Amino acid sequence: MVARRAGNLQAPVGSGYENCMAQGTLTTFSGRNFQRMQIALEAKNLVKQYPGVLAVDDVSFAVREGICFGLLGPNGAGKTTTVEIMEGVTPATSGDVWYYGSPAGTRFREEAGIQFQNTALQDFITVRETLEMFQSLYDRKADINHIIEQCSLQGLLKRDNRKLSGGQRQRLLLAVALVNKPRLVFLDEPTTGLDPQARRNFWDLVKNIRAEGTTVILTTHYMEEAEILCDEIAIMDAGKIIIQGSPDDLLKKHYKNTIIELPLNDFTGDLATLDHRVIESLGLIEIETNDVNDSLRKLAAATSGLNRMKIRQPNLEDLFLDLTGHSLRA
Amino acid sequence: MLKRIYAIFRARNLEFIRDRGTLSWNIILPVSLMFGLSFIFSSDRAEYTVGVLQNDPVIDASAHPFLESRYIDFVAVTERQGGLRRVQRHQLDLLVEFGDQPQYWINPDSPKGYFVEFALLQADEAAGGNITKSQVTGDAVRYVDWVLPGILGMNVMFSSLFGVGYVVVRYRKNGFLKRLRATPLRAIEFVIAQVASRLLLILVITSFVYAGTNYFLQTRMDGSYLVLLIVLLVGSISMISMGLMVAARVTSEELAGGLLNMVTWPMMMLSGVWFSLEATNAWIQKIAAIFPLTHMLGAARAVMLDGAGVAEIMPQLTTLLAMSAVFLAFGAFTFRWHPR
Repeated sequence: MVARRAGNLQAPVGSGYENCMAQGTLTTFSGRNFQRMQIALEAKNLVKQYPGVLAVDDVSFAVREGICFGLLGPNGAGKTTTVEIMEGVTPATSGDVWYYGSPAGTRFREEAGIQFQNTALQDFITVRETLEMFQSLYDRKADINHIIEQCSLQGLLKRDNRKLSGGQRQRLLLAVALVNKPRLVFLDEPTTGLDPQARRNFWDLVKNIRAEGTTVILTTHYMEEAEILCDEIAIMDAGKIIIQGSPDDLLKKHYKNTIIELPLNDFTGDLATLDHRVIESLGLIEIETNDVNDSLRKLAAATSGLNRMKIRQPNLEDLFLDLTGHSLRA
Repeated sequence: MLKRIYAIFRARNLEFIRDRGTLSWNIILPVSLMFGLSFIFSSDRAEYTVGVLQNDPVIDASAHPFLESRYIDFVAVTERQGGLRRVQRHQLDLLVEFGDQPQYWINPDSPKGYFVEFALLQADEAAGGNITKSQVTGDAVRYVDWVLPGILGMNVMFSSLFGVGYVVVRYRKNGFLKRLRATPLRAIEFVIAQVASRLLLILVITSFVYAGTNYFLQTRMDGSYLVLLIVLLVGSISMISMGLMVAARVTSEELAGGLLNMVTWPMMMLSGVWFSLEATNAWIQKIAAIFPLTHMLGAARAVMLDGAGVAEIMPQLTTLLAMSAVFLAFGAFTFRWHPR
């Protein structure tokens, strides 16, 4: 049984939302140890219709206070539009966004911090001036020195915005999102384009922010990022949420097997003879098995060698690809 | 290498052609300018200008043989004091009134008035020769005195329209406005901040330029500096507001440039920056009245050259304030934070 990536898992539509709503609180998903928590932000039946395109199709979900919520999906899935509606920068065709039990309005703008993926900052303005300018737009104010330290901007305060590197710039944009001591922060693909070191550095920042009790809503293309940072994820495709839950729960629910990965070139036998689900992708074959020992015995006889073999547990990327049938596109 | 150059060349051409707004303005603007300028300068400008004091704004050339003289521009003057002031300042070579008791006024220090007087007396002799002569005296208003408000006003115009309008479009295009939208900042607050910022800049720069010009060229100032400051303030607000209105929804820098050029060039040509439009077609003067720069320059020249006070320039100030209110309201109402 050989398959290619083709979206072959059945997605329980809206499973994370309808089953768990209860009077302004959400009961926890079982994968992580949460208590009943207050809902910070809630999308109710959001619809966004552009001429000829239904970008967001009746999307509803709730984000509990203090968690990191990841909104994932391939390009064009509608996640950025959904997030921008929630941020209040794009009007919805219909539907509402509620913030701590009330329609999102002035209080939301005051208490939310937002980091867009692509935000130009003013030229000829220094890092410190940028932070001060944005902070002056809010009544709520964080300790700016704490933010500077938290985002490692100490050595950059007098630097012109134009002269920042990609990683420095993302740290500044995050700092800008924190100047009002937000209760809720939106991070829209914050690590796109960063090198691995800068990305990991950024993840540490996000973990610190979350540790201080701030709710984080993250959109990302990087499944590893979502797996590391998010307590809960929702995967969107074609304007709808196709699955929602904690990464652990979702993986346990959808995968019982272990994956054996090896180069297709090393395989000398007939793939069809393997009594497992086999996926061929990018010159690799992935064999899903619930009995690794038995599979290894069979593979030893059907391959030129197992030196380049990897054995791993299914991850979010597997789930994402199985659900959407799309390749990841950064 | 040529293939790469061609690929970029082609892509840029497609981008330009598909941006309909920019393409339109790139065609419409030069064509409009050509037609406009050719119309304004279609008649040969005469060497001499004579004011004819009468109630009717249209001059009847058959009223006196002098009015049939060639190479003299006859301009109807409905207000005696204003006409005399212009003779004093050599802006009119002569002022004449035909009626029961024909008379004329001349500035003995005006060389052109000297020659026009010859023509008048010769024509009057044929008509009976009973015209009375009066003299007024005064120094000529130098061109530099007259053009200074025009140049300062033009500078204010460009600074307001491009310095605000173009920048707002750039902010919108690069997402900076979208980022501001995500804060508690409201559109009207952003608009006011832009107006205030540019206003301060204009006040400082214009004052500096005026002071320097005045120091080196000893330019004329018959009125109050405070009143002149009020004119600058009110005029600048109206033009900054105009810039914000133009930029309220535009998302392409090229289209914004086209639109701003479309606004600034007619103002530069028709608002009396470089030359007086008194001798031009009446309806050109009516078109000029829709531009804030026309009213700003009219008020500034009235203060600097005629010593006018606030009361005398109130019509211009009121018009400028009304324009500002309309521009600001429209700009704030139609303001768009980010490109769609």
